[in-house]
Amino acid sequence: MKLHGLTAWELRLRFQDGSAAPADVLSDLKGRYQAVEEKVRAFARPPHFEEDVSGSSSGAGALQGIPAVIKDNICRQGDPTECCSRILKGFVAPYDATVVEKLKKSGALILGKTNMDEFAFGSSCETSCFYPTRNPWDLGRVPGGSSGGSCACVAADETIVALGSDTGGSIRQPASLCGVVGMKPTYGRVSRYGLVAFASSLDQIGPITKDVRDNALVLSVIAGHDGRDATSVDLPVPDYLKEMEKDLKGMRVAVPREYFVEGIDPEVREAVTQAKAKLGSLGVTFGEVSLPHTEYAVAVYYIVATAEASSNLARFDGVQYGLRVAAAPEDASALIGMYKQTRDKGFGAEAKRRLILGTYVLSSGYYDAYYLRASKVRRLIREDFDKVFKDFDLILTPTSPTPAFRLGEKTDNPLSMYLSDIYTISTNLAGVPAMSVPCGFSKAGLPIGMQIIGRPFGEADLYRLAFHYEQNTSWHKQKPKL
Amino acid sequence: MSISRDDVTYIANLARLGLTEEEITHFQGQLEGILAYVDKLKEADVHDVEPMTHALDLKNVYRKDVPVPSLDPRSVLKMAPAVQDQFYKVPKVIE
Repeated sequence: MKLHGLTAWELRLRFQDGSAAPADVLSDLKGRYQAVEEKVRAFARPPHFEEDVSGSSSGAGALQGIPAVIKDNICRQGDPTECCSRILKGFVAPYDATVVEKLKKSGALILGKTNMDEFAFGSSCETSCFYPTRNPWDLGRVPGGSSGGSCACVAADETIVALGSDTGGSIRQPASLCGVVGMKPTYGRVSRYGLVAFASSLDQIGPITKDVRDNALVLSVIAGHDGRDATSVDLPVPDYLKEMEKDLKGMRVAVPREYFVEGIDPEVREAVTQAKAKLGSLGVTFGEVSLPHTEYAVAVYYIVATAEASSNLARFDGVQYGLRVAAAPEDASALIGMYKQTRDKGFGAEAKRRLILGTYVLSSGYYDAYYLRASKVRRLIREDFDKVFKDFDLILTPTSPTPAFRLGEKTDNPLSMYLSDIYTISTNLAGVPAMSVPCGFSKAGLPIGMQIIGRPFGEADLYRLAFHYEQNTSWHKQKPKL
Repeated sequence: MSISRDDVTYIANLARLGLTEEEITHFQGQLEGILAYVDKLKEADVHDVEPMTHALDLKNVYRKDVPVPSLDPRSVLKMAPAVQDQFYKVPKVIE
């Protein structure tokens, strides 16, 4: 197998025994990029393969010499960071995000930035101002979103590992649709310093990888407290690689009945049911539970997330960075007209839709009915999880109600697009960790993922279940034909 | 919940979005659809429930009052569409 098809831990073994060097991996990845990128379009702009790798294989970092890519909303000094939006055209980050600093310190080689839905507003990668990314398993279908570029890049073997961000499912849903492993850590586990903010009470950065071991490896590099993000929590980072090896005997996993009702594709339901049977044979015990406020999650999310986005995106006004468009003749004020024209030309349709909705739910006269009520229901959603975790260690659900949908299928119906995140949204509202792991394929050959949800800061338990499942299945070894 | 064109124009002004007539029509319908969907929150019993704005039990987070280097202002101003000396330049505000 070519080196680009291997995982980070497999490459580390080869670097150690001298059978390969980071320069060989870069050269293979360059060839792979040239062969498949035109079809997949995973990158926001062409990556660099000419990193200085001298000494990389001899260093001791956890990701020494391992190529990585990052989503276009994460700052790397000297690199354009445009969130795939016209309004940030030409913005070059003057500093490194904390996760980038940590990747570099661990020896990782950052190739470039991946495509995404504009400002992470979307579930299909179709709202990027550049071009849509395609699903490597079927080029007529979406990779999911918003971290669709990062997930497609990993699935297409155009990188070894990737980082994405997840506000309502933006790591897990595309991971599921692309057949890779994606983790949204607990709120507070990973610093967001240098991540362009979408919804500050929901956003988390997490790893996207080819298998569970790589995912645990990358999270152990990027997790931890950071004084520059006041919401990052000062708790020790467990040794995930060691913890995940512990066997599954005695582990109790809940299956919420609200996640298996109308709207779920029968093939998705069947794949998750089969996964449950497999886990049962490995010593896991299951119980059916109820998360009764699940039905409100999408509504709460589209109030809370858009409200926070309307506030966070107020900074894009043509003054400090990016695009500036002069006021139109009909604008009464040159300054306010400049704001309005800049934002009208700079933002795409989905961003405008969310900014209008978010402004509306916060506006005088509507705040109590929408934002305040949604914040109360949010607490009920969190309490649903707290109750289940008194009796169970983890929760198992599908990640997405369907496999990858076709390009254009949902672009004219925002609500149907929003509903594709129905299984992933609650965990962001509650702040608990959740990951997607491949658990099968549809008859049409499209990947299906299952979601594992855990207690706050219980990522080690998620990895433990995922790792043993993966050791006993081979879904993660299948590759798309490109 | 019915949303008029005037409502969309009013909200767009608050959001500093200069929408075209077609955009106003487009968003008017979509906003109505989304608000009709989120109206289901009215069914939830939120009596005596405290709002939750954040998943962590954080109060004020302080750091030690020690000066640390910050970004070079020149590297930051380099990103601006218009500058004069060390300032951002904007269209005239006061006539």
